[in-house]
Amino acid sequence: MKLVKMNVNGSDVAAEVEENTLLVDFLRDNIKLTGTHVGCDTSQCGACVIHMDGQAVKSCSILAIQAEEKRITTIEGLANGGELHPVQKAFQNNHALQCGFCTPGMVMSAVDLLDKKPNPSDEEIREWLEGNICRCTGYQNIIKAIKEAV
Amino acid sequence: MYNFNYHKPKTVDQAVELMNSCDDPKILSGGHTMVPTLKQRLAQPSDIVDISNIGGLSNISLEENGSRLNIGSLSTHYNVSNSDTVIQKIPSLAYLASQIGDPQVRYRGTIGGSVANADPSADYPAALLALNATIVTNNAKYQAEDFFVDMFQTPLSENEIITNILFDIPVTGAYVKFRNPASGYAMVGVFVAKYNSSVIVAVTGAGPKAFRLSEAEELLTKSFDVNSLSELKIESDGLNSDIHASSEYRAHLVKVSLQDAVKIALK
Ligand SMILES: Cc1cc2nc3c(=O)[nH]c(=O)nc-3n(C[C@H](O)[C@H](O)[C@H](O)COP(=O)(O)OP(=O)(O)OC[C@H]3O[C@@H](n4cnc5c(N)ncnc54)[C@H](O)[C@@H]3O)c2cc1C
Ligand code: FES
Ligand code: FES
Repeated sequence: MKLVKMNVNGSDVAAEVEENTLLVDFLRDNIKLTGTHVGCDTSQCGACVIHMDGQAVKSCSILAIQAEEKRITTIEGLANGGELHPVQKAFQNNHALQCGFCTPGMVMSAVDLLDKKPNPSDEEIREWLEGNICRCTGYQNIIKAIKEAV
Repeated sequence: MYNFNYHKPKTVDQAVELMNSCDDPKILSGGHTMVPTLKQRLAQPSDIVDISNIGGLSNISLEENGSRLNIGSLSTHYNVSNSDTVIQKIPSLAYLASQIGDPQVRYRGTIGGSVANADPSADYPAALLALNATIVTNNAKYQAEDFFVDMFQTPLSENEIITNILFDIPVTGAYVKFRNPASGYAMVGVFVAKYNSSVIVAVTGAGPKAFRLSEAEELLTKSFDVNSLSELKIESDGLNSDIHASSEYRAHLVKVSLQDAVKIALK
């Protein structure tokens, strides 16, 4: 067991976990933030995407101890009090989700995209979402939402 | 996932010393091959040695009077694809890095991890062969042509750490990848590099390891244009055949990708 500390959504958190604990399990089970999902065991679906030191990464493919001392933002940390993040609002406006399982990861990837490329083309948006799989929407409204959030 | 002891050494020497004292240690850098492997219980190391905190392994610089490009082993695919030095000196290499996996994988995966893993469908092996790379470790140097021995096999010994990789800088070059739509890895990837008096063509994804195409190299050395390749025949014998593509299809993709690569290199 190891005591692992990090900053999650602005608060310092710590938990005693086994070395083999994944970051996603640390967030869901130890910190009780269940907005971050697990959709696969092959690192391909992107349901688990969070931000680590300002980069969108797959928390299912990172050990919690690798995130020691890092700054983590999860989907729960995006809204400003009661005010949704512009990307969240745009997803709502554009019906960019159906079952919602992929949505936290999609939103976290989209926020990172707009951070790195403030004015992406359709093609750049599609390429950026390569690692986020949605089995419901057919992606059209997700693209629309991200364009609205620009 | 089986459990393990975890260490995060600060220097290469510390890491090597530590590994020498462990039963069955494994190096961890970006973890985007290692963690999925652990999750599937395909490996059961006694100790994980996380090298991501070792200083000085993520530099990108020009060496040997500007004649070679040096990339530190901890450089992520994201950093290689966005490095001004790489974009200026070997744009085809920056492009290759930008085609690996997806953005999240590129933030974490490192060149050292990819090269050490020697996955036959990984992208970097094609670049290392075509750019006459030298793989530098804590105690040896390898030429790329001696490095990719077989599927997932390299001459690296158990506790050897890749520190950096040196590349020749071609006059022009290009990488063309036909990606597997499910995994993102290369079904076929062709890297062509043109130097003052020679051409190197390297192929990944198509066979059990990355390899050079000497016949195409001769044709392109005589005349570097697409027409030189019209008579080129790629044999399917020995190429991979699986549910994604037959060996004949892969052979076809090699030729088409090479033609495209030459066109791009000439632009
Ligand atoms: C969804 C997904 C898609 C991907 N798509 C592609 C793709 O299209 N093309 C592609 O090429 N790759 C792809 N990859 C692989 C990705 O590029 C990996 O990041 C890379 O292969 C390994 O780098 P790493 O830093 O993550 O290494 P790790 O996972 O940390 O380590 C990999 C192996 O190398 C060893 N190792 C690591 N660093 C060193 C070092 N410095 N010296 C010696 N040994 C070392 C480790 O012990 C381990 O055996 C994909 C991965 C995922 C999860
Ligand atoms: S859970 Fe599917 S990529 Fe992380
Ligand atoms: S909304 Fe159901 S998976 Fe995307």
